[in-house]
Amino acid sequence: MLRLPPYQYHRPTSLDAAVALMTEHGDDAMYVAGGTDVVPNMKHRLFEPAHLIALRGINELQGIEELPGTDGEQGVLRISAAETLTAVASHPRVRDLFPALADAASHVAGPQLRNSGTIGGNVCLDTRCTYYNQTHFWREALGFCLKKDGDVCHVTRTGKKCVAAHSADTPPVLMTLGAEAVLVGPNGRRAMPVADFFVADGIVNTRRSRDEILTEIRIPLASATRRQAYVKLRQRKSIDFPLLTVAVAAEVDESGLIRSIQGVVTGLGSRPRTLTKWNDVAEGRALDDELIDELAKRAHKQCHPLENIIVDPEWRRAMVPVFVTRALEQVTQA
Amino acid sequence: MNSKSPKVKSDNVLIGTPMRKVEGLAKSTGRAVYTDDVALPGLLHGKILRSPHPHADIVSIDTSRAEALEGVYAVITGRDMAVQYGIIPWTPDEYPLCVDRVRYIGDGVAAVAAIDEDTAIAALSLIDVEYKVLTAFFDPHDALEADGATPFIHEAKKQGWNGNVTKVVKLEFGDIEGGMDSSDVVVEGDYFFEGSTHAPIEPHCAIGQWDGVGHLTVWSATQVPHYLHRELARVLELDQAQIRVLQPLVGGAFGGKSEPFDLEFCVGKLAMKTGRPVKILYTREEVFYSHRGRHPFHMHYRTGATRDGKLTSVDAKILLDGGAYASFGLVTTYYSGQLLCAPYEMPAYRFDSTRVYTNKPACGPKRGHGSVQPRFAFEVQIDKLAEQIELDPIEFRRRNFIGEHTKTVNELRITSNGFLECLSSVESASGWHDKFRTMPFGRGIGIAGSTYISGTNYPIYPNEMPQSAVQMQIDRSGRVAVFSGASEIGQGCDSVVAYIAAEELGVPLEWVRVLRGDTDFTPVDLGAYSSRVTFMLGNAAIDAATRLRKLVQSSVAKAWAVKPSEVLLAGGFAVWAPDTGRQMPIAEAFNLAEVEHGTLGATGWYNTPKDVHGEYRGGTIGASPAYSFTSHVAEVDVDTDTGFVDVKKIWVAHDCGRALNPVLVEGQMEGSAYMGAAEAIMEEQIFKDSDHGRAGLHNAPSLLDYRIPTSLDTPELQALIVESIDPEGPYGAKEAGEGPLHPSIPAIANAIYDAIGVRMDRLPFSPPNVWRAIQKAKEDGTLRKPSGPTVRENASADAMVVAPQADG
Repeated sequence: MLRLPPYQYHRPTSLDAAVALMTEHGDDAMYVAGGTDVVPNMKHRLFEPAHLIALRGINELQGIEELPGTDGEQGVLRISAAETLTAVASHPRVRDLFPALADAASHVAGPQLRNSGTIGGNVCLDTRCTYYNQTHFWREALGFCLKKDGDVCHVTRTGKKCVAAHSADTPPVLMTLGAEAVLVGPNGRRAMPVADFFVADGIVNTRRSRDEILTEIRIPLASATRRQAYVKLRQRKSIDFPLLTVAVAAEVDESGLIRSIQGVVTGLGSRPRTLTKWNDVAEGRALDDELIDELAKRAHKQCHPLENIIVDPEWRRAMVPVFVTRALEQVTQA
Repeated sequence: MNSKSPKVKSDNVLIGTPMRKVEGLAKSTGRAVYTDDVALPGLLHGKILRSPHPHADIVSIDTSRAEALEGVYAVITGRDMAVQYGIIPWTPDEYPLCVDRVRYIGDGVAAVAAIDEDTAIAALSLIDVEYKVLTAFFDPHDALEADGATPFIHEAKKQGWNGNVTKVVKLEFGDIEGGMDSSDVVVEGDYFFEGSTHAPIEPHCAIGQWDGVGHLTVWSATQVPHYLHRELARVLELDQAQIRVLQPLVGGAFGGKSEPFDLEFCVGKLAMKTGRPVKILYTREEVFYSHRGRHPFHMHYRTGATRDGKLTSVDAKILLDGGAYASFGLVTTYYSGQLLCAPYEMPAYRFDSTRVYTNKPACGPKRGHGSVQPRFAFEVQIDKLAEQIELDPIEFRRRNFIGEHTKTVNELRITSNGFLECLSSVESASGWHDKFRTMPFGRGIGIAGSTYISGTNYPIYPNEMPQSAVQMQIDRSGRVAVFSGASEIGQGCDSVVAYIAAEELGVPLEWVRVLRGDTDFTPVDLGAYSSRVTFMLGNAAIDAATRLRKLVQSSVAKAWAVKPSEVLLAGGFAVWAPDTGRQMPIAEAFNLAEVEHGTLGATGWYNTPKDVHGEYRGGTIGASPAYSFTSHVAEVDVDTDTGFVDVKKIWVAHDCGRALNPVLVEGQMEGSAYMGAAEAIMEEQIFKDSDHGRAGLHNAPSLLDYRIPTSLDTPELQALIVESIDPEGPYGAKEAGEGPLHPSIPAIANAIYDAIGVRMDRLPFSPPNVWRAIQKAKEDGTLRKPSGPTVRENASADAMVVAPQADG
C-alpha cells in the first residue's frame, strides 16, 4: 500500500481558528475537507504538507438554506462548502431548484467518495493529468513534469505551460446558474462569480489563494427558472472522472423561445470553458433540432482537448457536439 | 451417454445440491486471515527498489548510505541471490533481484528490511545505482527483427540466434493447402488481442521467518505453494526439507500468483540475514509491474469451409508479445495453437507461433491461459464464414461438432462433450431466432463456443508422482479432518474436499475441518492453475474418503451382522439400507471402526493418464484428462454516435461434467463471463511510447485508470449448467473456472457486427476504438444492419427451438 507522508492533523472548530492555524503554518499547511482529493495526492507525493487543517469540524461550513431576497439583494440558495456531495445531490431544495446541480453532484466518483467528498472540495479540485496523477516512482522514471518537480510538460512537450485538465463535475453547472463563490482568508471575506474563479493554468487553476477557505456557494434563486441539463462522458458508469462534461441552462419565455442560454464544458483544458457565440444565434428562437445542431457545431469549433487525460483526444473532441446535443435535448425536455 | 460409468455411487445426498462455501462466512464478516493479516513479534518491513529504465546494464550498486540509516536492518541486491529461476524448468531466466541487467521499468534491483515501512522507503532512496541505458524493444515486431546491433533482451542460446525470441512452435496436422483448395470459401483476417492483467483485489504479500537453526517459513499470497517451495530452496540454496510454505487465504489470483515473485525470495533472504520476520506487501503499482497477465497476440488466420458449412482447413500465424521474461511463455506459445482443435472438427490445422521478449513487464497465464486470444480470432472467423455461406452461425457450429469420445486433429483425447447441449441451451434461452439479424440497427446478438482443459496430464516439472493428494483423519467425535495442500484462491477447493468428505463419510458438512495451505502437514498438490483442482483434488478426496468409508461400513456391518454394502453413511448416521429405521449416530460407527482398525486415517491421491497424447514434439502440451465446453450468446446495444458498446446480457452455457455445487459453478461461470466481457470492452495493459512521456512506462498502474467494470457496467449474466458426466472426473465433474471466459469476447464481437455491420478484429472494443471503426465504416458505406442468412436451420434443429425462456 502507498504510504502517506508524515503530517500533523489539526481540527479547528471555527473559521477564525482555521485561518489562524493557516497563518501560523503558512506554506507548510493545507486545508482538507473530505480528503478524497488531498489524501491520494499526498500518497503520490503531489502534496507534501506538514500540517493538515481539517474543515470538517467547523459548524459555519455546514448547512444548505434558502435566503430570501431583501432590498437590494437577490435571494440565493446558500450551500456551505463542507456539505458532502451526497447531501447536495439528495437535498430537496437543491433538487427542486437546481436539478442539474443535484445531478452533477450525484455523478462524482462513487457513493463512498461522495459521502466523504464535499461540494467545496469539488469546486477546488486539483487539475488532473496522466503525467501528474502517478506515484513518485513513476514520475521519477518519467523525469517529472512541469506541474510538480519537473520543468517540462509532456503533453505539449514544452516548458511553458501546464495543461492539466479541470476534472470537476459541479463547477460547469454552477457557472451556468450564475453562482458565486465566497472565500474567507486572513484578509477577510470576498466573493466572486464561479465563472471568474478559474484561471487557465494547470498548476494552480483557481483564484483562491493558498490561505483562503472556500466557505460557501450562493446560487441566485432567480436562476431556478432556467431549464437545466448536465451530461457526463466517462467510460464506466461510476468512479471515473469526466472525460467531458457539458452543463447547459436556458431562460425560455412562455412561448418557448430562448431569452438566453449558457453552456459550459469541462474535462478538456485547465479550466471550464464557457461556450461563446451561443446567445447571438439562439436568442428569440425555439430550441429545435436545427438550432441544437448549430449550437453543437459552435461548441465543437471551440473545443480542442489534449492528451492530458489518457483517453484518445480525437474521440473526446468528436464527443463534444454529441454531448452538447444530448444536453440541449435534455433542456427541451426539462 | 458414456462408455464408462462415473466414479462412485450415484445416489448422492450432498453432491449436486447448493451448499455454503466453507470459508464464506469468515470472508464476508472480515474474520478471514490473509497474508497481510499475519502478525508476528519483531516483524520488519521490506521494500524493493525498482528500475526506472526499461533496459539497462547495472554498472554499480552502492548500498552503504541505506545501510547506515537508523532503523535499517539489512539491504540485499541481486548478488545475494544470484541463482536463476523460472516456473518452467527449461527456461530459467529470472533472478529475484536483477544481477547485471534490468529489463523493464519496475524490475527489482535491491531490497531493504527496516523497522517500519516509512524507514524502508527512505532507505530505498539512499541506494545508489549506476545504470548504462540500453536500446529497448517495445514492439514485438521490432524485437523479432533485431539483428544484434544493440544487445538482445536475453542472451541468445546459440551464436547467431536472436536472443529476443523465447520460443517458436510450428505444428501441422493434415493437408492444409489441399483443404484450402477444396474449400468453397476461405476467410482470411488479422486480429489483435491487447494485453490485460489480472487485477486481483489482494496485492501480492509475503512474510519470511528464519528460526536461527535452519528452518525457513514463508507465508505467501500464492496460488502455487509447491512450486514456490521448490524455487525457494533452489535460489536460497537450502534443502527443501528446511522450508515450510504457508498459504493463508488468497484474495484473488486469476493466474497472477502462479509462479514465484521477487518478494517471496526477498523476505526469505532478509529474514535469514536479520534473524527477524520480514514482510513485503506490494503496492497496487507493483502488482501491475509483476503482471504475468494476458499476452498481446498479433494473429493471422486463414480458414476454409465448404458450401454446406464444414470446416476444411485452418492456418494460423501468431506473434506473442512476451514482455521481459519467459514466465510460462513456453506453454503459452504451445497453448496458442494446441487448444483450438475442439469443439469443432478440423480436417487440417497448422499453427506457427513465436513468442518474443520485449522490455515490458512479463506476460504469463491469465484465466484461460494462451487460448482466449486465438479463440477470439477463430470464433470471429467462423462468424465470417457462416455469413459468407449464408448459414446461421449456431447451425454452422453444430455441423462441425467434433463429437464425444474422440480425438482432435492434434491427437488430444476428448471424452465427455456437452457442446451441442450448450449451443441449444443458449440458443433457446436467448431467443436467438427472434433476434439474430432481425433486431433494429444498433442492437445485436452474437454466438461463440470454446473448449478448455481440466488440468494437464503432465506436471510442470517432469515426474510421475501424484498430481494431487489429501490426507483424511476421522475423530471419535464424528469430526473429519482433511489435510489439503490445494490452493484456495476463491474458487472453492476447500469447500469441494469438505463436500466430498461429508458425502462419503456421512457426516454433516459442519463437522468437516479442512486444514490447509501448509507444506509441513499437507500432501503435495501442484497448485491452482490450468483448471486442475476440482478434477484432481476431488478424485484424491474420493480416494481417501472411500478407504475410510469401507472401514466404517465393515465394522458397522459386523456389529449388525449384515453385509457392508448395505450400510449407508449419510446425514450423521450409519443406516441399514433394507430398513432405514435401523441406524446409529455416525460417531458411534466411527468408534466401532476405531476399535477394530485402530486410529482412522487415510491418504488419497490422483494421477493423470499418461498414455493419451500425440506422438510428436509438444504433443503432451494441451493433453488433459477431460475437456470442458462452453457456448455464449451476447446481446449488445451499440451507440453509433459515441462508440459505447452496452453489453445487455450474456447467456453462458457450460459443460462442467457435473456441478458438485451448482452455486459455485454458477459463480465461476458468471465470474468468467464478467472477466471476458471486461477484456472485451474495457481492459488494456498498455505502455507509454516515446511520443508520450517515456517509452515503456506503464500507462496507468492504478485501479482508477486501469479500468475494470464496476457493478453498474456489468452485463446481466445467466448461467446455464450443462452436465455431461465425465468418466474420469470426480462424480463426473470437469472444470468450470476458466472455460466459461473464452466465448465472451468473440460473442460480443459477433454481436457488434450483428448490431451495426462493423467487424471489431482488434481488442478492446472501447468507445474510442469502436467509434473509429464506425467512422471508417461510414466512409466505406458499410455501416448498416447486416442481412440475414437465407439458409437458417435444418428441420431437426428448428424442432429443437422451444419458446424463449422468461429470463427477466
